[in-house]
Amino acid sequence: MPAADKNAKFADVAGAAEGAPAEGEILAFSREQELAAYRAMLLIRRFEEKAGQLYGMGLIGGFCHLYIGQEAVVVGARMSAKSSDQFITAYRDHGHMLACGMEPKRVMAELTGRRSGYSKGKGGSMHMFSREKNFYGGHGIVGAPAPLGAGLAFADLYRGDGSVSLTFFGDGAANQGQVYESFNMAELWKLPIVFIVENNRYAMGTSVARSSAQANFSMRGAAFNIPGRQIDGMDVRAVASAVREALDWCRAGKGPFLIEAQTYRYRGHSMSDPAKYRSKEEVQKVREEHDPIEQVRARLLAGGASEDELKQVDAAVRRIVSEAADFATNDPEPDPSELWTDVVL
Amino acid sequence: MTVNVLMPALSPTMEQGKLAKWLKNEGDKVKAGDVIAEIETDKATMEVEAVDEGVLARILVPGGAENVAVNTPIAVIAEEGEEIGPAEAAAPAASAPAKAPDIPASAPQAVAAAATVPAAPAEPAAVPAAPSPAVAAPEIPPDTTLIPMTMREALRDAMAEEMRRDQNVFVIGEEVAEYQGAYKVTQGLLQEFGPRRVVDTPITEYGFAGLAVGAAFAGLRPICEFMTFNFAMQAIDHIVNSAGKTLYMSGGQINCPIVFRGPNGAAARVAAQHSQDYAAWFSQVPGLKVVAPSNASDAKGLLKSAIRDANPVVFLENEILYGKQWDTPILEDFLIPIGKARVARAGEDVTLVSFSIGVSHCLTAAEALAKEGIEAEVVDLRTLRPMDVPAIIESVRKTGRCVAVEEGWPQCGIGAEIAARVQEEAFDYLDAPVLRVTGKDVPMPYAANLEKLALPSVAEVIAAVKAALYR
Ligand SMILES: Cc1ncc(C[n+]2csc(CCOP(=O)(O)OP(=O)(O)O)c2C)c(N)n1
Ligand SMILES: [Mg+2]
Repeated sequence: MPAADKNAKFADVAGAAEGAPAEGEILAFSREQELAAYRAMLLIRRFEEKAGQLYGMGLIGGFCHLYIGQEAVVVGARMSAKSSDQFITAYRDHGHMLACGMEPKRVMAELTGRRSGYSKGKGGSMHMFSREKNFYGGHGIVGAPAPLGAGLAFADLYRGDGSVSLTFFGDGAANQGQVYESFNMAELWKLPIVFIVENNRYAMGTSVARSSAQANFSMRGAAFNIPGRQIDGMDVRAVASAVREALDWCRAGKGPFLIEAQTYRYRGHSMSDPAKYRSKEEVQKVREEHDPIEQVRARLLAGGASEDELKQVDAAVRRIVSEAADFATNDPEPDPSELWTDVVL
Repeated sequence: MTVNVLMPALSPTMEQGKLAKWLKNEGDKVKAGDVIAEIETDKATMEVEAVDEGVLARILVPGGAENVAVNTPIAVIAEEGEEIGPAEAAAPAASAPAKAPDIPASAPQAVAAAATVPAAPAEPAAVPAAPSPAVAAPEIPPDTTLIPMTMREALRDAMAEEMRRDQNVFVIGEEVAEYQGAYKVTQGLLQEFGPRRVVDTPITEYGFAGLAVGAAFAGLRPICEFMTFNFAMQAIDHIVNSAGKTLYMSGGQINCPIVFRGPNGAAARVAAQHSQDYAAWFSQVPGLKVVAPSNASDAKGLLKSAIRDANPVVFLENEILYGKQWDTPILEDFLIPIGKARVARAGEDVTLVSFSIGVSHCLTAAEALAKEGIEAEVVDLRTLRPMDVPAIIESVRKTGRCVAVEEGWPQCGIGAEIAARVQEEAFDYLDAPVLRVTGKDVPMPYAANLEKLALPSVAEVIAAVKAALYR
């Protein structure tokens, strides 16, 4: 894969995790892996903070769902996947795109609705894609990724190229009927797909307890004989290990695998959510005790990394993000003629 | 360097808000992420976070200020130790780049330039509250007391009144109860009627719409809220196949008294999957009634009628209109019959036919046209099925010209139907072809400039009227 852009290379952490885990085992990270995870998660965190600021300034419009707090899920998954594996998610998608190695400045330019954005400014925050990076969106409708992801897996099996579809959706989306239709087909046809439920405890203002008869999402595939694993989604190593195990399962032709990554979103559902349905203390407690980035940082420092080294990573990430913001505010809007293009081929 | 803190936009449709209170004082140190103020929109109270480290050097808009426009500088953050004189207090931004950034990056320039902008009074750039317009409607008797009411309040009151009146009426949908409605339309209903009658659902449109239809078969009167009609596409099978056809299929035994309601059409910058107008889709289905009010007064009277109707009613609201006010009657039982259009403005030269937010465009265009000596009659359909074709024909017979205006796509749209009916029933009266102003024939783009082009505009209505008049 050509390193088209230094930013892209910076974020692309594919293939970092090596070795097969035993069932449920959490593999230790090498120092390089820790550092790669740290960088990738920090890039998402800073990028999202910047996106929140640009939204407040009116440069980003519409809905903007930030991934802050959940960084370990997609980064851990990406570390265990191959670049030929497909990723697909819903509208909380900026982190997935960065983890897939999409260019921060073009993601940001899409957020501001400019012509160099990944969708030429036509898709916005919720609808972004990169065929080159095997990122299939970016979907605004809750539940949609499940069957779409199964379709990607269908194509993988059809071609027999050994690729796997990593399909992400939320705890709220997990109650959609189409998820279970997808589970059934995936197991029936042994599709190579890892379903990853990002359980951040809330769907907009509705907690899992208020919406879910079975709150253990890893068991939701049991009726279809799909193996499930419930993991600490704030620990990037736990995610990388579980996804590694799941991918091995899929690549061995055994069909789908289900992972429930228990995570948390720090910000409101979207920028217009006052988040009155949970206490400040609850948010604060997760931030202080389980922050995915702080965990890696602490391990790095304990393992002999210097504050200085990490500061350099921070500075490099900040530079990328501020370059992305500059680019996204100075890039022109799409040409008016673009209104009529891309409707059909 | 000083940095302006701007009044943030917190939702796709927010244009202004109240600066409820400051949580930091002038001179306080702040770091990025600190909550420095609280602001209130018509929907919610939100926190403003500092985006930079420094000292809160100046508060430009005092706590309690109402109607502060988005992007107005509300405070200045300076670096620690930096002195800032009054000359450095920022002027309110001359333009609000949030809405249509014609010049990309105008907002950050405003921030960067702030330190050199000359002194300005520390006053909020207040957006005057719009006066609430009267609604011409035959159902409102003379001498009725009118009070200004938002569309949001009118819808809520209509539901609350009908719930008090009939124990069988209940509300079901996502975030309708504890969250008080994603768009705050069901505000207060849980508190008054309790969780038995105001039911939060999982995100399972297909399931809960079907469940509501079943409950209606059994004699209850569900008000089934879709967070937006875009998500009702997951439930359209039950709306059409189960709710719309069962009376016929059962030989008249099983009726379905249900209201499917929620915002329809474009909001602001929410792009293709959240901006579709479904008016034409639902209005094609025999067995359904379809209503799309343009103002608070009609919304109230029509929603009450819809809840009492023995048939399934698809009630299409509009998010942009939720926060707007109109004079609304205070009447014991204010009902507007389903299936009756209203003349929103009388005129002789041309008939403009529209519904929902399109009526606002038509009224604005009509005022502009009047200055050029063209008097447009505006017919507000209010109900799309059954469509009040006689009201359209009556107007067209008078004016001889017709322009249909809608936000939806042109092909097989409401305008296409109007054109067909007018040529069938008033062909001899026409002095020009019936013209249509519609949303463009593309999925809704996200970019601000493209979105503007995709939506029908007042200028397009004016141009169509002139074309119909051969001017
Ligand atoms: C079919 C559908 N219904 C409703 C919505 C509105 N909506 C957007 S996100 C959301 C909550 C989803 O929660 P979850 O699946 O847990 O994902 P999270 O936002 O927590 O990432 C809702 C109700 C939608 N986009 N699509
Ligand atoms: Mg969730």
